[in-house]
Amino acid sequence: MLRDITIGQHIPGTSLIHRLDPRIKILITILMITVLFLVDSFLGFLLFLIMTAGITYLASLPVKRVLRGLKPVFFLVLITLFLHLFLTRGGDVIWQWRFIRIEEAGVETGFFMVSRILLLIMFTSLLTLTTSPLQLTDGIEYLLKPLAKFGVPAGELAMMMTIALRFIPTLMEEADKIMKAQKARGADFESGNIIRRAKSLIPLLVPLFISAFRRADELALAMESRCYRGGMNRTRLNELEMKARDVIIFLLAIILAVFISLF
Amino acid sequence: MLIEMKDITHIYELEEPVTALKDINLTIDSGEFIGLVGHTGSGKSTLAQLLNGLIEPSEGTVYYNGQDIFAESYNLKDVREKVGLVFQYPEHQLFEETVADDIAFGPKNLGLDEEEINKRVQRSLDLVGLDYEEYKDRSPFNLSGGQQRRVAIAGVLALEPEVLILDEPSAALDPTGRRKLLSLLEDLHQNMGLTIILITHRMEQVARLASRVVVMDNGRIALDGPPERVFQNQEYLQELSLDLPALTMILNRLNERGLDVRKDIFTLEEARDEIMTALSRRTVDKEKGLC
Repeated sequence: MLRDITIGQHIPGTSLIHRLDPRIKILITILMITVLFLVDSFLGFLLFLIMTAGITYLASLPVKRVLRGLKPVFFLVLITLFLHLFLTRGGDVIWQWRFIRIEEAGVETGFFMVSRILLLIMFTSLLTLTTSPLQLTDGIEYLLKPLAKFGVPAGELAMMMTIALRFIPTLMEEADKIMKAQKARGADFESGNIIRRAKSLIPLLVPLFISAFRRADELALAMESRCYRGGMNRTRLNELEMKARDVIIFLLAIILAVFISLF
Repeated sequence: MLIEMKDITHIYELEEPVTALKDINLTIDSGEFIGLVGHTGSGKSTLAQLLNGLIEPSEGTVYYNGQDIFAESYNLKDVREKVGLVFQYPEHQLFEETVADDIAFGPKNLGLDEEEINKRVQRSLDLVGLDYEEYKDRSPFNLSGGQQRRVAIAGVLALEPEVLILDEPSAALDPTGRRKLLSLLEDLHQNMGLTIILITHRMEQVARLASRVVVMDNGRIALDGPPERVFQNQEYLQELSLDLPALTMILNRLNERGLDVRKDIFTLEEARDEIMTALSRRTVDKEKGLC
């Protein structure tokens, strides 16, 4: 269950998509999210899906991995679908039982919203799957830099994100281990009602928090002993460099975005 | 025979499936003290987790007292009660406000009554050598590392298991802590009659305590037998990047150099006596002009 979360789970590769400048990738992702909210037909979503599949193919990502990223939103999707099915009114009545009824508009908006959520998650997971956390935060830092004039601590924010992303898999592993250890003491995480199950998480969450704080402490010490001072005047080992390739792909993405959002 | 692992193969379904165990057949009798050794990634920890049903094998099954623990009708809680598992760095699983509450977590999960739980908490704290009155109300997070570990082990002992599996229990302990822990294991084995499986890469511990050594390599059982027999295979063990106990190494070297000493000795005192007698034998032989 804990392994399904794909955030920050980068699959290294050498494809065109992998080598693309992270800034461009982030901008394209933001662009495509906007597109998803502009599209107002299933045809548009289909085109978007084809594009997503195309990128997945180009990046030679395992389809299974991309789809697995959808698991955590499964309940959200289900709830969205049901709410729309039963609550959105309009059009012919398709099915009725006493006061519960499903109308045409409900089915349509239901599936419409679900497609939107699924595509949103799929597309954004492409970014994290093809970009290493380090590159990702580098990109974010560059993109936030202009805001430094207004007092946004871009460097610190980027460092915070790098650390957070870096430690997600570590904490997952830790959670898995603690869960097993408590299970070995007869803990039961799977049965009972919601309150019981929430309570049963205490033996998992307390040690997890403690270990997170311990790690944070150790990391802070390690960083300080290497003279980390944050933000100002930090230079980097690998400067990001925009290549002609990146610009061309960005233009292509804009054209695609405009085209898809017309539907 | 208490535990029987039959044709176990376990594959972790990751990006690239990893075969952690392959065709494992292992039987463990009641009262044994087994040293399970092997280098990192050899499958020791996977094996341990299979034994109390924390993970289900891809193929094969485990019998506890003749019952298939992965059968539909079997309640895994039963085997977890009987087979206690102490993970690596067990102090990382402490979570309660007081030492007593934390140790009571296991017994509570077993659904025991208050009185029995209290009795078990006292008994297990006693076993690990911490004074009940002094420690029961203290926060486990204010104890020293070694004490925390003992509290964590008490938490498993409170289940009153028949089999105790410990994964590198002495890692990151100072020499005193390590000695105390090992004598605790010895005590549990000899006086409480527990079957113990000790996972470690410290051959000294295995040599001194275990009645049987199982060496794992690449998901298979490479060697299995009493320590004195297993440690005969010096070259093979080194091939598996495992060291011999220092004593065995010394005795082997002496043998190579022509001193006739027994090689199956695992305590310092005995080894000293053996070497001394061998030396005096040699002097006697020399005097007789035999050498």
